[in-house]
Amino acid sequence: MRPAMSALMRPFANFDAMRALRAGLLVLLCLWLVVAVLFPLATLAVKSLTTPDGAFAGLDNFIRYFKTPALSVSFGNSLFVSTVTTLAAVGLGFAYAYALTRTAIPAKGFFLTVAMMPLFAPTLLNGIVLVYLFGKKGLVTTGFFGLVPFTLDIGLYGAVGIVLAEVLFVFPQAVLILTMALSMTDARLYEAAYSLGASPARTFFTVTLPGVRYGLVSACFVGFILSFTDFGAPKVVGGFFNVLATDIYKQVIGQQNFVMGATVSMILLIPTVLAFLADRVSRRRQSSMIGARSVPLVPRPDPVRDRPFFVFCLLVALAVVTFFLVAVFASLVKVWPYDLGLTLAHYNFSGMGGGGYRAFFNSLKMSALSAVVGTVATFVAAYLIEKTPGMGRIRQAAAFLCIVPLALPGLVIGLSYIFFFNAPSFDILGLHVPNPANALYATMGILVLSNVVHFFTVGYLTAATALGQLDREFESVSESMGVPFYRTFLRVTAPVCLPAILEIGLYFFVNSMATVSAVIFLYSADIPLAAVAVANMDDAGDIAPACAMSVLIVAANVVVRILYGLATSRLRRRAQAFAGKG
Amino acid sequence: MLRRSHALAGMILGFVVTLGLIFSGLARAGEILVYTALEDDEYPGYLELFKKDHPDITVKVVRDSTGIITAKLLAEKDNPQADVVWGTAATSLLVCDQNGMLEGYAPKNLDKVASQFRDAANPPHWVGIKAWETGFCVNTVESEQQKLPIPASMADLVKPEYKGKIVMPNPASSGTGFLTVSAVLQTMGEEKGWQFLDKLHDNIAQYTHSGSKPCKMAGAGEFPIGISFGYRGIIQKQKGEPVQTVFPADGCGWDVEANALVKKATIKPEAKVFLDWALGADVMKMYAKVYPLTAYPTGVAIPEGYPADPFKILVKNDFQWAAKNRDRILAEWTKRYGSKSEAK
Repeated sequence: MRPAMSALMRPFANFDAMRALRAGLLVLLCLWLVVAVLFPLATLAVKSLTTPDGAFAGLDNFIRYFKTPALSVSFGNSLFVSTVTTLAAVGLGFAYAYALTRTAIPAKGFFLTVAMMPLFAPTLLNGIVLVYLFGKKGLVTTGFFGLVPFTLDIGLYGAVGIVLAEVLFVFPQAVLILTMALSMTDARLYEAAYSLGASPARTFFTVTLPGVRYGLVSACFVGFILSFTDFGAPKVVGGFFNVLATDIYKQVIGQQNFVMGATVSMILLIPTVLAFLADRVSRRRQSSMIGARSVPLVPRPDPVRDRPFFVFCLLVALAVVTFFLVAVFASLVKVWPYDLGLTLAHYNFSGMGGGGYRAFFNSLKMSALSAVVGTVATFVAAYLIEKTPGMGRIRQAAAFLCIVPLALPGLVIGLSYIFFFNAPSFDILGLHVPNPANALYATMGILVLSNVVHFFTVGYLTAATALGQLDREFESVSESMGVPFYRTFLRVTAPVCLPAILEIGLYFFVNSMATVSAVIFLYSADIPLAAVAVANMDDAGDIAPACAMSVLIVAANVVVRILYGLATSRLRRRAQAFAGKG
Repeated sequence: MLRRSHALAGMILGFVVTLGLIFSGLARAGEILVYTALEDDEYPGYLELFKKDHPDITVKVVRDSTGIITAKLLAEKDNPQADVVWGTAATSLLVCDQNGMLEGYAPKNLDKVASQFRDAANPPHWVGIKAWETGFCVNTVESEQQKLPIPASMADLVKPEYKGKIVMPNPASSGTGFLTVSAVLQTMGEEKGWQFLDKLHDNIAQYTHSGSKPCKMAGAGEFPIGISFGYRGIIQKQKGEPVQTVFPADGCGWDVEANALVKKATIKPEAKVFLDWALGADVMKMYAKVYPLTAYPTGVAIPEGYPADPFKILVKNDFQWAAKNRDRILAEWTKRYGSKSEAK
């Protein structure tokens, strides 16, 4: 082509090629999500309807499940424990979030950071620390080994222990959701209430609560799903109180009964999916509450209100900090409770199951990879969905697929991945189709992929929010100048969204370090993982080394969190300097 | 335009290559996969000896409780992964053998092995290396404080004063749990045996996943008595925990820890090298330092804490019966006591 011609043709060629490329990428995204999310789920569903030999069984597996008294009892147990947990955690979380958003107490940043700490630890640690506090030889049970005259035996093993551990696990999530909900309000409503002479109590019930009702609903559902599907805490402190999540482990890992595992997973999905749908509906309503003219509420100091809230937050923060101090202390004690001398021996991990430091470094590697791949995947997905002009159908489809992983508990992902990736081939309608995904089985790749999918939705929503706040002008201006979209993406969009990108990366890293539920089904002898090692050491009864490994996991997460803090504060300074120059 | 799309193609290619690197990692030659139920603080020492003798062979080990290893082997029946099973309960290997999953192989030193330690067939489908037996781990400090007499027999355990004081492994996942239950059923007969287990169940505080956890819980004083196995209690006493190991006088259950060659399309020569080594005199001496019941005499003194004649305390154990009835016993046990067992 001649130069003159090509210059003339460029805008057209550009336009079509770019559009096609975007469409292609969107299709690719949908395909990827279908393969990584829907196909495995479909194999799981098929498994639950077949006999171990592969013949069609209809609903026989489900009938057998509900006819086995021990198993159906655990369904009721799960419902009970999660309901109590949800009420307690959301109640505490609401008061805490209220203090952080609607009062003028000092040290709000500190309180928020402390409240987030439990996210850094595997839930197994919640159980382990409870044993050190309230077990038969726990600090509280023995009155600090007789140092204080006061002893208390709460009868830890069973529902009590599970609820305590799960409340600690759910609390940070509740605080996160509720601070968000409580900070989205319109100050003018409160001014109106005040000028109409409404009492604070009346204002609370007629303005505050209705304003955050969707946030509350959302927090309840998230709390319910999390505690309903967690197995770490019940494993350690459940005693003989069986729950559904532990049943799956018994069936699958204990007896390698994959078909029953699939059946229980499907049952587990029922309340989870219901909760998920209800949550979606309430979130959609929430977002339409705030108008463009809303005025942010700035709480004024009020000692009568602030002091009790400050004391409350202090107590909660103290409990969380104590929890982690006990973890560190217990991991250093020589022979609890007989020799309280300190030692680093439990950090040696030799002669222990689970893989020791090899597992720890694998986990670091896996989490770093999950953070990179997950951040790129969620951000690109959100970009394509948010910033592509037109193509409504396919964008909607992609957006829906991006939300689905939120409804999937880790152990459902883990199990469905076994079925999907371990199959050398599929027989579909008499056709023998080889399965290329089989190559991933028992590799680091499947671990990373399972984490990316497990934590996909939150990352995606964060990215979508950040991108939604960007002016569309960037896109249209660069497009009209003939700049290809990926260049705008790399030069403008991504750098501007760097804070959100870092936040997503942190989220993926921290969660991948601490998670057990999906990866415990997928790790291989070659690739031991730290959080799984905690579970294995607890199984063998090596509770102190299990505690030590958990402390290492928390420490790694704290270090990454500090790095994140430093990076964002530098970014903020640079942004401010930039603004100042203008 | 062309240049730009090259850049994009380059980016995509780079991403794909990175993914490829992440996802690689398959089995190599000169490598065998070994399944074992030997203890975590036990087998790494033996393996070092193997590495010294055979530096060219890489051994990948999957270690778990007996029940898990058994279930894993059975689940992989049509597509076996392991090359060798090492130190896993003979009753479990018999179940595998009944499913036609084991290949006969006569390792070196087989002639020295006592008859109750090996499969009668020639070549044998499984060969034992040592045996392990029921042992109660009793916390002496807690017993004194709670004024509990130290139990001496299985019969003692059902006394009312031990209510909520005993932890026991789940026989479905733990080999120690199974051999204990199997010994009860064999010595008392099935009907009386289940009656006894019902009474024992009333005293149990928790059923655990592994056979070692009860002993470790006893060592930490969480529960004063753990039904476990001899090695565990003796090692923990060495570590400084106030644990006394009791071998029940009225019927000490036991099982052989045995090796086997897995029947596969291609049997690696390295697998046979490993089996020869695992029955060799050098490693047998290492086994004997912590387990007095070895497949053939080693001359190593009986470790402290075991009775002078450790073979004498064992019950008569019919492995064939135990293996044949394993599924049925576990189903019955789970039906009766399953809702009291710990996760997994």
